[in-house]
Amino acid sequence: MKKLTTLLAAGLIAAGAAAQAQDDPFTVGFIYVGPIGDLGWSYEHDQGRLAVEEAYGDQVRTIYQENVPEGADAERAITNMILDGADMVFTTSFGYMEATNAVAAQFPDVLFEHATGYLRETPNVSTYSARFYEGRAVIGHIAGHMTESNIVGYIGSYPIPEVIRGINSAFIHARQVNPDVEFRVVWAYTWFDPAAEADAARALIAEGADVIMQHTDSTAPQTAAQEAGIISFGQASDMIQFAPTPRVASIVDNWAPYYVRRVGEAMEGTWESTDTWEGIGPGMVEIGEMTDAIPEEVRASATELMESIASGEYHPFTGPLNRQDGSAWLAEGEVADDGTLAGMDFYVEGLTGDIPN
Amino acid sequence: MNIIDAALIATLIGASTPILLAAIGELVVEKSGVLNLGVEGMMIVGAIAGFIACVTTGSPALGFVMGAVGGAALSVIFAVLTQYFLSNQVATGLALTLFGLGISSLMGESYTGINPPITPKLFPEAMRDIPWAGPILFGHDLVVYLSVALVAAVAYTLARTRLGLIIRAVGESHDAAHALGYKVVRIRFLCILFGGACAGVGGAYLSLVRVPSWTEGMTAGAGWIALALVVFASWKPWRALLGAYLFGGIAALQLRLQAQEVAVPVALLDASPYLVTIIVLVIISSDRGRAALNAPAALGKVFHASS
Repeated sequence: MKKLTTLLAAGLIAAGAAAQAQDDPFTVGFIYVGPIGDLGWSYEHDQGRLAVEEAYGDQVRTIYQENVPEGADAERAITNMILDGADMVFTTSFGYMEATNAVAAQFPDVLFEHATGYLRETPNVSTYSARFYEGRAVIGHIAGHMTESNIVGYIGSYPIPEVIRGINSAFIHARQVNPDVEFRVVWAYTWFDPAAEADAARALIAEGADVIMQHTDSTAPQTAAQEAGIISFGQASDMIQFAPTPRVASIVDNWAPYYVRRVGEAMEGTWESTDTWEGIGPGMVEIGEMTDAIPEEVRASATELMESIASGEYHPFTGPLNRQDGSAWLAEGEVADDGTLAGMDFYVEGLTGDIPN
Repeated sequence: MNIIDAALIATLIGASTPILLAAIGELVVEKSGVLNLGVEGMMIVGAIAGFIACVTTGSPALGFVMGAVGGAALSVIFAVLTQYFLSNQVATGLALTLFGLGISSLMGESYTGINPPITPKLFPEAMRDIPWAGPILFGHDLVVYLSVALVAAVAYTLARTRLGLIIRAVGESHDAAHALGYKVVRIRFLCILFGGACAGVGGAYLSLVRVPSWTEGMTAGAGWIALALVVFASWKPWRALLGAYLFGGIAALQLRLQAQEVAVPVALLDASPYLVTIIVLVIISSDRGRAALNAPAALGKVFHASS
């Protein structure tokens, strides 16, 4: 009897393998740091996955895993995905960097795309990110105009270059239009924890902030801003449910075109290890609708700023700019190079807090 | 620039309530000798069940009731599997968490981005404005007071009543309790339901008061902190209250210090509930004396009447 079941099982497995070999769609895996229902970061990556499905139909199969912790455990999740048949894996958070490269070294035939990182140790790893700081410049500009208490509260996730860059960019452009504005930064040490994010927003509001910016993934800070009757900005996704207030504008990450293009290249065999970093111009970063809560002239000047960044005429990090300690960073008219931006670990002059280490 | 004031204490009480509720429920479950690692799952099902009920009916009170029902309903699965089918409690509990996270995101699909009706404060505005005592003592909603009352009730029941004695007897030695004629399985079943209901209310408190809105996976580890809290409290109800307020207090304080631009070791403070729990565990396991006596002797062991 036992032998029979074993035989049957073997037969079934063989049949399954044959069936798979027959159509054999190209399998693309996605690793998400939060749930796809966060309406923020992971949601937008999942929109990119759906765009891939739509673009290639039966030729692709996509799989994904949500809530994968950053760090060593991610290795297991990525490996499982490959054993599940993935030919290409998108790992969509900074903290997967080491894990992605470690797994990539073991599976040279699988292609890896790591979001927001900089390590490409093997030729099968690419990195990509969006120039979120361009979007930050626009909402910083709006925040500088809109704040009445002159205190902008900023919820940071982890003190990594991507987040620090965003704080600097938002601050520079808020100061440009409002010399009295100050930023208060709270580090939540999580990408996704609605209760902690809401508490962080409330702590900032208690200190007098009347504008909240977030670099975390849930909509909880929007709810806290709504409660307090102040304004906020959608992060990573449009968060339009909170318009017209508290959400007065948003930074939207549009990954879909990149995902579709890269999966296409992988299927054709033209895929190469690259480092992609695109902003408002190519459309990887979008500014969500500015609501009527923003005065018309501010909307106009913000749009102008957005367009000058998109055309490449203006770079958000243009000198003269000093570091927080007062030492010179960029001379008049000088533009920050990508290397410095990618590894940014300092605040610009005028920001008052310390970056935790 | 006050570092500690009434508002901070009021905040920490509210922030601690979800883990306190979940922990006090789990404490009773563990006292009866059952280890349910599904707290996170029961919390999140309570969060969405309560949220749906509150949004549909407009009544926060009904929301909390349905939160309790949701959490208890999920715990029934655990109770049936572990008590009647004698499954491994650790594995079943972990599976319950995964199941709870999955089913809640399915249930909550069309409920994202909605604001629930506001849960009213219990006392009138005038009382809440009294300096210090106002925000701390009178500034909360009913659930906060109920959570403290629940701690008192559990402490009293476990220590002073016949029911408490039976629960503890079952948790210390199910064979002896069985020999005395107590229905071990039934008692544990009811304790598990109680734990599920408490976790469910804790979850509903997250989605209805603390955040307040529904987001997938919104408990984000609160259930695990509640489990750590039970150990931290060495299975004593009042210590669970103290621990919850301490954990909540550290979180609230570090956010406030950061907002005031005082340099604090945030990463370390964030990990502190776990670190403190590990220290307590080390103390418990090194000291075979009083502290160790508190752990229910039959915790996690499978009971079958024939054995």
